[in-house]
Amino acid sequence: MNSRARLLAVPAAIAAAALLLSGCGARAGDASAQAAPSCVDTSGSTVKVGAVNSLSGSTAINEVPIRDAITLAVKKVNESGGVLGKQLQLIAEDGASEPTVFAEKAQKLVTSDCVAAVFGGYTSASRKAMLPVFEDNNSLLFYGTLYEGLEASKNIFYTGAPPNEQIIPSLEYLKQKGVKSLYLVGSDYVFPRTSNAIVKAFAQANGIAIKGEDYVPLGGTDFSTIVNKMRAANADAVFNVVVGDSLSAFFREYNSAGLKAADMPVMSMCVGEEEVKSIGAQNLTGQLTSWNYYQTLDSPANRDFVAAFRSAYGNDRVTSDPMESAYTGVMLWKAMVEKAGSFDTAAIQKVADGTSFDAPDGPVVVDGETHHISKTARIGEIRPDGLIDQLWQSPAPVEPDPFLRTYPWAAGISG
Amino acid sequence: MSAATGRRRWSFWIGLAVAAVLLFAVAPAVLSDFRLGLLAKFLCYGMVAVGIGLAWGRGGMLTLGQGVFFGLGAYMMAMHLKLADAELRGDAVPDFMQFAGVRVLPALWAPFASPVVTVLAILVVPGLLALVLGLGVFRRRVKGAYFAILSQALAAAFAILLIGQQTLGGSNGLNRFRSFFALSLNDPANRLLLFFLTAAALLLTVLATRQLMVSRYGELLVAVRDQEERVRFLGYDPATIKVVAYVSAAFFAGIGGALFVPVVGIISPNDVGVVPSIAFLAGVAIGGRTTLLGPVLGAVGVAWTQSLLSEQFPAGWTYLQGALFILVIGFLPAGLAGIGPLLRRWRRRRVPPPAVVEKEAELVA
Amino acid sequence: MGAMVGQIFTGLSIGSILLLTALGLSLTFGQMGVINMAHGEFLMAGSYTAFVVQQVATAAGVSLLLSLVAGFVVGGLMGLLLEVTLIRRMYHRPLDTLLVTFGVGLVLQQLARDVFGAPAVNVVPPGWLSGGVDILGAVVPRARLFILALAVACVVALSLVLRLTPLGRRIRATVQNRDLAETVGIRTRRTDRVTFFLGSALAGVAGVALTLIGSTSSTIGQSYVIDAFLVVVVGGLGQIRGAVIAAAALGLLNSFLEFSTTASVAKVVVFGLIVVFLQVRPQGLFTVRTRSLT
Repeated sequence: MNSRARLLAVPAAIAAAALLLSGCGARAGDASAQAAPSCVDTSGSTVKVGAVNSLSGSTAINEVPIRDAITLAVKKVNESGGVLGKQLQLIAEDGASEPTVFAEKAQKLVTSDCVAAVFGGYTSASRKAMLPVFEDNNSLLFYGTLYEGLEASKNIFYTGAPPNEQIIPSLEYLKQKGVKSLYLVGSDYVFPRTSNAIVKAFAQANGIAIKGEDYVPLGGTDFSTIVNKMRAANADAVFNVVVGDSLSAFFREYNSAGLKAADMPVMSMCVGEEEVKSIGAQNLTGQLTSWNYYQTLDSPANRDFVAAFRSAYGNDRVTSDPMESAYTGVMLWKAMVEKAGSFDTAAIQKVADGTSFDAPDGPVVVDGETHHISKTARIGEIRPDGLIDQLWQSPAPVEPDPFLRTYPWAAGISG
Repeated sequence: MSAATGRRRWSFWIGLAVAAVLLFAVAPAVLSDFRLGLLAKFLCYGMVAVGIGLAWGRGGMLTLGQGVFFGLGAYMMAMHLKLADAELRGDAVPDFMQFAGVRVLPALWAPFASPVVTVLAILVVPGLLALVLGLGVFRRRVKGAYFAILSQALAAAFAILLIGQQTLGGSNGLNRFRSFFALSLNDPANRLLLFFLTAAALLLTVLATRQLMVSRYGELLVAVRDQEERVRFLGYDPATIKVVAYVSAAFFAGIGGALFVPVVGIISPNDVGVVPSIAFLAGVAIGGRTTLLGPVLGAVGVAWTQSLLSEQFPAGWTYLQGALFILVIGFLPAGLAGIGPLLRRWRRRRVPPPAVVEKEAELVA
Repeated sequence: MGAMVGQIFTGLSIGSILLLTALGLSLTFGQMGVINMAHGEFLMAGSYTAFVVQQVATAAGVSLLLSLVAGFVVGGLMGLLLEVTLIRRMYHRPLDTLLVTFGVGLVLQQLARDVFGAPAVNVVPPGWLSGGVDILGAVVPRARLFILALAVACVVALSLVLRLTPLGRRIRATVQNRDLAETVGIRTRRTDRVTFFLGSALAGVAGVALTLIGSTSSTIGQSYVIDAFLVVVVGGLGQIRGAVIAAAALGLLNSFLEFSTTASVAKVVVFGLIVVFLQVRPQGLFTVRTRSLT
């Protein structure tokens, strides 16, 4: 039968074609592999910018409000005359809570829509997936979520807090309050695990005992075993990096087990007004939280931000730290473009250092080397009415240090 | 050989030739680099779909856990690419481990420094796992819904397991690959080559599946799906027959996963869990599970449509996605491939429709 | 001692939640063979029903009791609608019901996001369910005790319905032999509808119970539905006592594994053990004896 001959012919032809083609491509490490030239069109009266946030899937509950904040920021920029006299046109995409979809949409925005900058990304996985797209095409991403640090790409501006602007200040605060032992609890993914590595290094250097360390799968709601262990361990405080839906289940379990903020306070990393609302203030009264922004901050910039957000999306909506960071990202991009007098990536990178903005959470300044921004660290206590009382704030915005180079005790973490 | 099968034989080769021309000549000419990259990603899904078509459409095994095999292939490839990149920089461990302060390469990673071992492992490990699982499951006559739920639990467990493995990148997975077997991934020419490689792998997969389907084994597989007991009474072992289809499906999924990594540039637990495993099925069901080309065309078509829909309607496209599942599977059980026979039957209205829909038109496209 | 008692109770509590979420499935999946992936979204519907009821009836104690009734009705009606429009057409294609209902689930999740907003909402539990009681040195949360009692009540009620009422006899007859049931005059189509209503209604009740231990969002159903299916599979299709034992066993196993390892490891090990278990007993703990070959 001649079908067997045909069977062999097809792969043979394919292999031959492949060999021919492989002669043309650049080898790894060749200098010839250059970024594609930018296709951003700035000649018209409008300039396109992109947003990628998950509107569907598991993290949509966190990312939809961030999208709202980005949309608001673009609207405000346009109302105040645009950027370099050009109105912004926002092209919105759904990241669908899948890192690969984030990468796909980022690629589409950068290479097909030719946007001048992209705002968005939420989980670390989504950022890591998009990073090569922006590096290969020499384009810019503004990533506005607190994250675990240990990254600095020249094509990303990180407007959320790295650990040294949030986690370390909260540890310093607990230490100053005389906490001698901690129990660590977190959702099972990269951010909590890296945070806890930092906590453990800090604890070792400062004579704080770690009484336990537990993770619950993302979205998990069963904390009874963890709370049982926590109760038996009887630590001075709980360091909490649980996120999302799981938070509510954790605090209810904590209260049901008879644990009290007075005896074993919980210091939470990802709890702002929005979370308090869905957890229920009665479950959280007296607990501590460490974040860079609270809705209740009393500053003109924040009052404007909250008022603008509420008039756009309704009076029952609350503003949160990731929303504020995303909003600030848009504004910082505007400031950088105007400082550079150009939408060009290289020009923006050149002028980035020292660009500042009077953000809702206080003045922020871009660090040109790491592309992170300085932020004010804040510790708050949750009131029975669900608002957050600020107990402490850093005297000045904390300089970003994503690789923890200025902390000798952290040598083992970042190398 | 009857005239009908002869015609089918020719229509298959013509279809394959058309597909080859479309993939190797038309697509690179008309699609932008971005769309071509997307198509390459969907072709990887297509490979998984071919296997599901064999196991589910032909063999009646609804496997909800193909993400496991897809993930195995993908992670093994990803480990190799990370190590190759590290070697290129002169480092002992991949970049993300370095940032995390890991200095010594974990034992699990060591074999994947070698390209030969990696390729062999990608070809062998998914199939081997399927063999072990399949022997246990099918010999004990676990089938139908039990098998479906069981395979789903496997996918869920696999994703949870991966999230806990910090040395495999945890929930971030593995990403940021610079090269693919010494070829820079940043170069459009190499990306085109990668597309051709993926297209070729898919065509080979289709070819191999077709040989299985038209062989005596293919007939036995369908017989097991429809009447397992009768096949047993004829002296065959249905478990062995099913295991072969299951292993083939795992093999294809593993290759699809391995090519997915350089094409997309990331693999994370998100891509191997329950939801992506069900998504693999969508294309198969919509294209027509019992046919040869239905699953591939369905997988590529559905993925392409979803991508375009989500660009057009970023806020509401989930409704359309859900509606697609409901309408096609609920009302067109044989998938889009079943429209033709349905119309033909409708024209010859005097012929009563078959009483049991399970005996779906058995097409070899 | 306290830790031991605590873990036993925790195990039973996890088991009772598993059981509540799986009980409806043991009807729709176990008795009728429909793989309803939208079962998770029926749970979600129950939770949101509790949220809506609380907006209307603000006294938490009253609203919880009202919610249980409302959740039962809402879940049941959604199930009935699904049965009449889609499932009815697909009883002979059980594996396809999985994909169709998955699509239904996707639509319901997006609907929930559009109607109730993306962020999670909070249902305030009544005061008499907050805090815990001390049992042999372990603090047992009242909310979990309530769920345990609710699970027991649902199981007893369902068993009584199936065993003693004419409806139960019709359901059992239809499951055991549809043709014979029809020949003795049972309207099997109507029985199917009622069975599906009951199964989905139980999901609604379970959804209300879930608001006692956590907040409610569009993804709440997804985190429970796979575990619920596993309970039914391990227990044996169509066997309520199987589901009870399976839920308790899985709960206890999970709780002790988690105590000695971590939550993620416990979950993987439990899944692994289920796979091994099904190799030993492919039909689950209990099986309905029939004369069919398979």
